Amino acid sequence: MAEKENKEDFLNLLNLLTKFQEIELEDVEMEFGDLELWLQSGIPTVLPKAKRLAPPSLKAKPTSILQARFTSPIEEYPGQVVEVRLGATKNEGGTRGKSITIGGEKSPPFYLFETPPPNPPIISLDVFDTKIPLAKPVKMHFNEVLEDPVAWAKLAVDKYGADMITLHLISIDPLVKDTSPVEAARTVEQVLQAVDVPLVIGGCGDPKKDLEVFEKVAEVGAGERFLLSSVTQDMDIERACAAAKKHGHAVLSFTPMDLNQARQLNRRLYDFLPKEQIIMDTTTAALGYGLDYAFTIMERARLAALMGDPELQHPMSSGTTNAWAAREAWKKMDPQWGSREFRGPIWETVTAVTLLLAGVDLFMMMHPAAVKTLKDVIMRLTSGKPGTPEKIANWVTTKI
Amino acid sequence: MAEKEVKKPSIKEISPIDVYMLLPKTNCKECGEENCMAFATKLVNRELALEQCPPLLKKENEKAYKQLWEMLKPPIKEISIGAEKQTIKVGGKYVMYRHEFTYTNPTAIAIDITDEMSDEEVMERIKKTQEFSYIYIGNTLKLNMIAIRSTSNDPDKFKTTVKKVVENTTLPLILCSFDSKVLEAGLMVAPKARPLIYAATKDNWKDMAELALMYNCPLAIFAPNNIKLLRSLSKTLLEYGVKNLVLDPGTMAGEGIGDAINNFTMIRRAATKKGDELLGFPLIGTPITAWLENKDSPAEVAQWNEAYLAAILIDRYADLLILHSTEGWVLLPNVVLRQNIYTDPRKPVAVKPGMRAFGTPHENSPVMFTTNFALTYYTVASDIENAGVDSYLLVVDSEGIAVDCAVAGRKLTADKVAEAIKEAKIEEKVKHKKLIIPGKAARLSGEIEEASGWEVMVGPRDSSDIPKFLHEKWNQS
Repeated sequence: MAEKENKEDFLNLLNLLTKFQEIELEDVEMEFGDLELWLQSGIPTVLPKAKRLAPPSLKAKPTSILQARFTSPIEEYPGQVVEVRLGATKNEGGTRGKSITIGGEKSPPFYLFETPPPNPPIISLDVFDTKIPLAKPVKMHFNEVLEDPVAWAKLAVDKYGADMITLHLISIDPLVKDTSPVEAARTVEQVLQAVDVPLVIGGCGDPKKDLEVFEKVAEVGAGERFLLSSVTQDMDIERACAAAKKHGHAVLSFTPMDLNQARQLNRRLYDFLPKEQIIMDTTTAALGYGLDYAFTIMERARLAALMGDPELQHPMSSGTTNAWAAREAWKKMDPQWGSREFRGPIWETVTAVTLLLAGVDLFMMMHPAAVKTLKDVIMRLTSGKPGTPEKIANWVTTKI
Repeated sequence: MAEKEVKKPSIKEISPIDVYMLLPKTNCKECGEENCMAFATKLVNRELALEQCPPLLKKENEKAYKQLWEMLKPPIKEISIGAEKQTIKVGGKYVMYRHEFTYTNPTAIAIDITDEMSDEEVMERIKKTQEFSYIYIGNTLKLNMIAIRSTSNDPDKFKTTVKKVVENTTLPLILCSFDSKVLEAGLMVAPKARPLIYAATKDNWKDMAELALMYNCPLAIFAPNNIKLLRSLSKTLLEYGVKNLVLDPGTMAGEGIGDAINNFTMIRRAATKKGDELLGFPLIGTPITAWLENKDSPAEVAQWNEAYLAAILIDRYADLLILHSTEGWVLLPNVVLRQNIYTDPRKPVAVKPGMRAFGTPHENSPVMFTTNFALTYYTVASDIENAGVDSYLLVVDSEGIAVDCAVAGRKLTADKVAEAIKEAKIEEKVKHKKLIIPGKAARLSGEIEEASGWEVMVGPRDSSDIPKFLHEKWNQS
């Protein structure tokens, strides 16, 4: 399959790239003789010469590069995003191989000339506890595990390099299978045993049922520092927070693309939980289907947080898988738009990189190629390696 | 050699009063506004231009006009590229972030052609660039320019290719070579095309400046990963008399991407927030450099990398892009992203109200309604399409507001729904009188039944449940 070859190519590409060594950039040579000539050229005695050349103005043209300075346009930010730890090792009271900390930013996203992000953004792969309809380009990568969340989680971690797993307990939905909290908690335990990465526990969107399940799951996973996804405005917040607090979990504060609602919900959460246990999600819309709103809400939230708004100083999470809601991602289209095996994952990738630049810290994603690409981008953005101008110096004449 | 770093007030800091003080204050209404204060307000919001005030253009007001022009000009200069009547404008940005003020002039996308491509390939690439078109929320998304690169470094070959391109397209051009002799050969056969000259470097800047002046063309500066040099060249070229510049700090693909983003970001902040006029020019990105990274890999890898690199640059302030890929899957996400980033974030996007048919609906097909907020509409439409159910969707004018907000704010009322039913003549299309309404408009059900005479069925709160709803409720009713 083209997709498989492609994945290998990405690995090859990465190998190729790491072979390159940085080469020092040659600086501009200043010729002082030329500069003096230019400095003097304002003196009337040289004017006749200039007149012979018929320049547009009386001022002579520079004959060498006029040096200018450049100072990085740094700004001060009174605020900082809190750090939130997800997952817990044995020492931290859980059973995970390692825990992951996100957030802590002191500058806008990847303003590397100011303060680079202290923690790289991370990617959590979606796993569903029951078979669900998936877009074909996604499904082909998970065909054998669609009815087995444990095998699915293992595949996501072992083969696709997931930093975390989001276990979506959609079968608990009263309109789907109405799985009981006890049964849902059993699935969680099985996944905990199968993989050692931190877990996000996803509900079904029914605030009552989610709460019941969160309470049970929080208990059986006590100390594991799950991220309970998510707490919403229509939920019994006190109970949800009590479960998180008692058993040491974090919660995802979810609001529908509205900064005021995000502030309001966070404010309510503060009554019961420390800030360090709250991540927020202001809703992700797909590229072409509202990504502009999602992008701007997140960009504004992060800038406001840095400017000192205490109610928005949380790491941000994005349900980037929502990119697949765009019909351009999953649909067969006229051949000129290419195969959906490429169109789909690039749709998810473009949605992801856009939100990465708006400040997202935790991505919940689906397609392995999109995941691999975003990982590469994050790695390069946070590597601190200098640019490689010599590699592009002759791009104009390069034959492709 | 002191550098000017005058802090100009940002667009948000200019008040209509500041503008009003400099206007003729005659309240002559020649601009079409009630008075000078109203005109000033629209000037500040960029809804009207200074030139729409006839008295201001008179000789005696020259000084005020110039002052106002300085006050209102964008920190990123707007540059026109292309022959008369076929120009494209790039730059002209007032702000760094799109929530501060709408971005002007969507990123121009150019596809490259080289002087060593066969005639067939040149013609095919021109055709693909010209004919690229995708309809999205009522807009036609297109590619904008052609970049001709001299890979041969042979003036004659470049001349032949430029001539061929000029004869076959009116799209604005970018002529790319670091050799001024090659570039001049190209300019000679396109004397009125006013292409963007790419590019002045630390080595060739003087010759390139001469060409830019002689042919009255905008000029790009290429100083990869060296903003100090970029600024120095900007200063030098401005002094030389070249006023229309475009800046390329280098699109370093692969490992250099952090520095590439960093440079674009620093330049745009210096220009918009710190008033740095030497950096106050449009930025050009070259995602095509993704092709230099992995020459041994198959084309799909370079295309893939080019696709997301272009997206990153659209997000991070590029006003112009040069791409090599012509594949639909590479270009489509980028033209859609560009459309998204360049919409006015202050205005809700609306679609045209009226009736839409999905599949091939018949007289027993369900009739649903939603609002004309574009995001709502497209989500609902996509959910109905996914379900593959033949049906009608009535789009009711809610002034571009989502269902729940529109109900709360009385932008969506029973009377409006009844009127929409009547206008769309649905009764001629179906033989039932059952209307499925959004779950979030449930409280209007009684009023709608009364106003329209239709029986109301309250649908799901989220359109993703429409398929299930239709399956369970409609098929049984």
